[in-house]
Amino acid sequence: MKKRKQILLNIALAILCIIVIFPFILVLAISLSNENDIINSGYKIIPMHLDFSSYIYVFRNPKAILDAYKVTFIFSTIAMASSVFLMAMIAYPLSRKTLKGRRTISLYLYFTMLFSGGLVPTYILFTEYLNLADSIWVYILPSLVSPWYVFIMRTFFADIPESIIESAYIDGASEYKIFFKFIIPLSKPVIATVALFVFLIKWNDWYTSMLYINKESLISLQYLLQRIMLNITMLQRSTEMGMGQMVNIADIPTETVRMAMAVVVAGPALLVFPFFQKYFVQGLTVGSVKG
Amino acid sequence: MVILFYYRILKKSTLTLIIRIDFYVTKLYIMSVAFIFGRRLYLKKHKDRFLNNNQLQLYSLCAIPIIQVFIFSYLPMFGVIMAFKDYRFDKGILGSEWVGLRNFTYFFTSNDFWVITRNTLFLNGIFILFGTISSLILAIALFEVIKKVNIKIYQTIMITPHFLSWVVVGYMAYALLNPEFGMINTMLKNMNMGTVPWYTKPNVWPIILSIASVWKGFGMDSVIYYACLMGIDETLFEAARIDGASRFQIIKKIIIPSLIPLITILIILKIGNIFRADFGLFYQLTRDVGELYSTTDVIDTYIFRTMRVIGDMSLSSAVGLLQAVVGFVLVLTTNYISGKIDPDNTLL
Repeated sequence: MKKRKQILLNIALAILCIIVIFPFILVLAISLSNENDIINSGYKIIPMHLDFSSYIYVFRNPKAILDAYKVTFIFSTIAMASSVFLMAMIAYPLSRKTLKGRRTISLYLYFTMLFSGGLVPTYILFTEYLNLADSIWVYILPSLVSPWYVFIMRTFFADIPESIIESAYIDGASEYKIFFKFIIPLSKPVIATVALFVFLIKWNDWYTSMLYINKESLISLQYLLQRIMLNITMLQRSTEMGMGQMVNIADIPTETVRMAMAVVVAGPALLVFPFFQKYFVQGLTVGSVKG
Repeated sequence: MVILFYYRILKKSTLTLIIRIDFYVTKLYIMSVAFIFGRRLYLKKHKDRFLNNNQLQLYSLCAIPIIQVFIFSYLPMFGVIMAFKDYRFDKGILGSEWVGLRNFTYFFTSNDFWVITRNTLFLNGIFILFGTISSLILAIALFEVIKKVNIKIYQTIMITPHFLSWVVVGYMAYALLNPEFGMINTMLKNMNMGTVPWYTKPNVWPIILSIASVWKGFGMDSVIYYACLMGIDETLFEAARIDGASRFQIIKKIIIPSLIPLITILIILKIGNIFRADFGLFYQLTRDVGELYSTTDVIDTYIFRTMRVIGDMSLSSAVGLLQAVVGFVLVLTTNYISGKIDPDNTLL
């Protein structure tokens, strides 16, 4: 009886998994189909003829995608490293109970979670006063310190035994030395978790590109994908960059190439992130379940 | 002649550069001297050198993050003044005319107000409802599975949608809903049932958006509930088994009561954020199609569109301010309530 229940449960969960995965497979299948088959009989879950021409097309003119990959990777890693570092720099003093004004600083930081200036003032600040438009720094600078992750780090730092810090202090270490030589090495789990969260968020960022970037060479990966979806001439332009001449839209296998782009953009991320699943799970549970 | 011209410019600019550097260096020098002397005086007054040395260094660690937060989070807050002005680009924020609450009255009397408020509250509400139910069921189902390997596999697959951006999910939706080639319409065509123009039919979109929201989030959310389930005391299950309870009774009497505090807290916190919509979901999935606005336009998409497409900065910042204020009150209230229920689970 128990065994039968287990089998049924597993079958149900397996079916659920297939339903969840189904859209991925559909996109992959479309990208591998023949364009004419699509025009004649629509998207199919199993392509009638296996056709790699969409991928050949994408990789023959890869400049747009390569640029986007390069830019996204650069700002994601810079943002990840500097963000984690800065957040640790404020989380550690906040975790020390002997700090005077700790409450004030905490309130100062967490207030930004409750209330924000809104889109328009932020937009005007970034474009007119800080001159961040069309610069890679607009991806990195704005969200460097996020109160939510500072909170997670602070909780973790607070759990580090006071005795370690005190013995280091008695041995004559300055706060900086304590921070760099003791706290950071002891906090590898939380640093890894926050770093991954930040990296994931930055990697998937398309909103910043949409608002602040006009230069083609600085658009992020997801925004490139969005442009291609919403605007077929974008596809044409990205091929022009590679071929240096006008290309007839009718010659481009639009539907399959669009899906191929999606696979090329999302694929690597999907293959990498599940491996770090452990850290994401850790981060979530620290943030919401106490003790 | 040209060379002379350039030389003059160069000399002038290096001169100003040198003057500027000199100015800053002097300023820095004066400031550091003042700092050192001031600190000496301060330390003389407060004999407890241990604590003071300590504190200053900690403060200096905080300094840069505090500045960053000020520039990027607090400075925009001053910009909410735009909500009360008739912003003109050529006049700037300070130069634009003060109109008081006119932007707000305009917004409240417009049709848009009801549409987007209703949509935001309703859609976020059903997302919370279906999301919580589905992730709960999944967590409990996973908890019932005996083989650890299977659980790992299911969880890994279920959380993959979380790692996608809404742009990619938009593509997937397009693959299904495309009026000409989309898989659903193709199947309908093959069954001679006639195609449905999904992207111009507003009524079905709450369902589509809910499915998408649940699909993307329930895997990751179930992980939280699953972690809570893993934390339940083993002895409770032992006792129940000895007492001969059926599995269903165990679920009802042990699992659900253990989860209720967590569920309550999470729901309350989500309600606190009910005025803030996931912009990606509403913008990418609908491909910003106008005909769908009646059921899919939410506060955030409205603010965005008013700023970018229509260009009315004052109205956009007015609605933004409304959202921020209402959201602020709501978050405080719900945090307070959740704090009353379980003192551990407050953010503030």
